[in-house]
Amino acid sequence: MTLLVEAAAAAGPSCYSRLTNEWICGQYLTDRRDELVHATVQHVEITVASVLLGIAIAFPLALLARRLPRLESTVLGLSTGIYTIPSLALFPLLVPFTGLSAETVVIGLALYALTILVRAILEGLRAVPDDVRESAVGLGYGAGRLLLKVELPLALPVIMAGLRVATVSTVALTTVGSLVAYGGLGNLIKDGVQTNFRAELLAACVLCVVLAVVLDILIVLTQRFLTPWTRGAQV
Amino acid sequence: MTVFHDTWDYLTTGANWRGDGKMLDLLLQQLLLSVTALALALLVGLPIALWLGHLGRGGFLAINVSNIGRAVPTFALLALFVTADPWPWLPYFPGTAEFGPYGRAGLATMMALALFALPPIITNSYVAVREVPADVKQAADGMGMTGWQKFVRVELPLSLPLVMSGIRLALVQVWATATIAALVAGPGLGRVITDGFFRTNYGKGIAGAVVVALVALLLEIVAALVQRALDPLPRESSRKRRRGMSEGGPSVSDDAEALGD
Repeated sequence: MTLLVEAAAAAGPSCYSRLTNEWICGQYLTDRRDELVHATVQHVEITVASVLLGIAIAFPLALLARRLPRLESTVLGLSTGIYTIPSLALFPLLVPFTGLSAETVVIGLALYALTILVRAILEGLRAVPDDVRESAVGLGYGAGRLLLKVELPLALPVIMAGLRVATVSTVALTTVGSLVAYGGLGNLIKDGVQTNFRAELLAACVLCVVLAVVLDILIVLTQRFLTPWTRGAQV
Repeated sequence: MTVFHDTWDYLTTGANWRGDGKMLDLLLQQLLLSVTALALALLVGLPIALWLGHLGRGGFLAINVSNIGRAVPTFALLALFVTADPWPWLPYFPGTAEFGPYGRAGLATMMALALFALPPIITNSYVAVREVPADVKQAADGMGMTGWQKFVRVELPLSLPLVMSGIRLALVQVWATATIAALVAGPGLGRVITDGFFRTNYGKGIAGAVVVALVALLLEIVAALVQRALDPLPRESSRKRRRGMSEGGPSVSDDAEALGD
C-alpha cells in the first residue's frame, strides 16, 4: 500500500490522469477534497435521517404489535415483504410520488431500516423478564412509566444490536441512491465506474466502509454509556 | 394512476417477455446468476462455518465476517470488480467481459453476489451447530461416537433447520441484490428497472420491480417447501416455524429453544 502511494506521489500531480489512472492517489484526495467532503456529508445526512425516520415509525408500530398480538404477525410479515423488494427497485417505485430528491432515498432506506428495527424492538421488549415487569406493576408503575423506566432500559441491548445492523446496512444501501443522484458516496462510485476513474472509485468505496465502521463504533459507545450495568457481563 | 396502468400494460404485453434481452431472458439469466452465486458461497462458506461450529471455536471470526460483510456495499464491490483490469490467470475476472450465459460482467457480478451471500450463510450455520444443546453432545460422546459421527449424526440433523433458514435468507437476498448489476450495465432484470427509470418510462421500471419482488416471494415459498421436505425432525409447532421465516440473527434463540424441547 505505502509503496503504491509513494509511487503515485513520485509520478507528480497527475496520478489520477487518464494515462496513469492509479487506484490510490493522494493527489486526488487533496485536489477533490471538497467533492469528497460533500459526498460524505450527504451520505451521513441521508443515513442518519433514514435511521431516525425508521426509529420514529418502528417504535409505535412495535408497541402496537405488542398490544395487539393479532397484528404482530401482520407487521412482521409486511416487514419481511418489504425486504424482498430490491433497493434498486424501491427508489424508482417512489420516484413518481416524491421525485428525484433526497426524500426518495430517505423514505426508501427508512423502510428497510424499519424492518430490522421493528423486529429488534419486539424481541427486546419480549426478553424483559416477566417477574421484573410484575414487580414494577406491584410497585405501582403505570403502563407508560413501566415502559419508559423499566422495559425500555432492559430492552436496550437488543434494540441497540438491531440499530447497529440497521445503521450499517443503511450506510451500504445509501450508495444505491445514486440512481436518483442522491447516493452520497454512491454518486462518486457511479461516476467512477462510468468514467473509469479509479482513484475516485476506490476512495469512495473505502470511505463508505470507514463510515459504516465509525457509525457502528459510535453506537456501541452510546450503548455502553446508556447501559452501564451490562459492561461487566457482556464483552 | 397512469403509472400503474402503464405497468399493467407492460406486464401483459407478450412482446416484452419473449425474445432476446427481454424479461423472460433476463429473468432466467438472473436466476442462473443467483443460484450459481449461492452455490459458490455455500461451497466456500458452509464447510468452514459447520466445522468451526463443531469445534465451538472461531465464533469471533464467524460473527465479525458477517458484520464486515454488511458494511461493504455490494454496489461498491461490483464497481471495483468491473473497473479493475482482468487478471491474466483468470481471464473473465474481474472486468466487464461477456461470460457465457451470464452475460456482460457475468463473472464479476457472480463473485460480488457470492461474497454478499457468505455472511448470512456463515453466521447462521456457525450458530446453528454451536447451539446444539450441550447435553445432547455429551450424550453422543457418552455413546462413544467419534467426532465425525457426532457431527454427521447428531449436530448436522439438529442444526439443519437453522442452516436452511440461513440459506433461504441468502437466496432471497442474493436474488433481490442481483438487480444492482444493472448499475454497471451487467446482467439480469435490474436492466428493465434502470431502463424504464432513465427513459422516464416509469411503467416499465415498476413492471421490472414487480417481477423481481414476485419471483423473490416465489423463491421464498419454494425454499420453505424444500426446507420442510428435508427437515429430518418434523416439528409440530408451526408458529415457531413461521417465526423463523427468513430472519437473520433474531430467529436463533427461538430455534435453539425448539431444539431444546
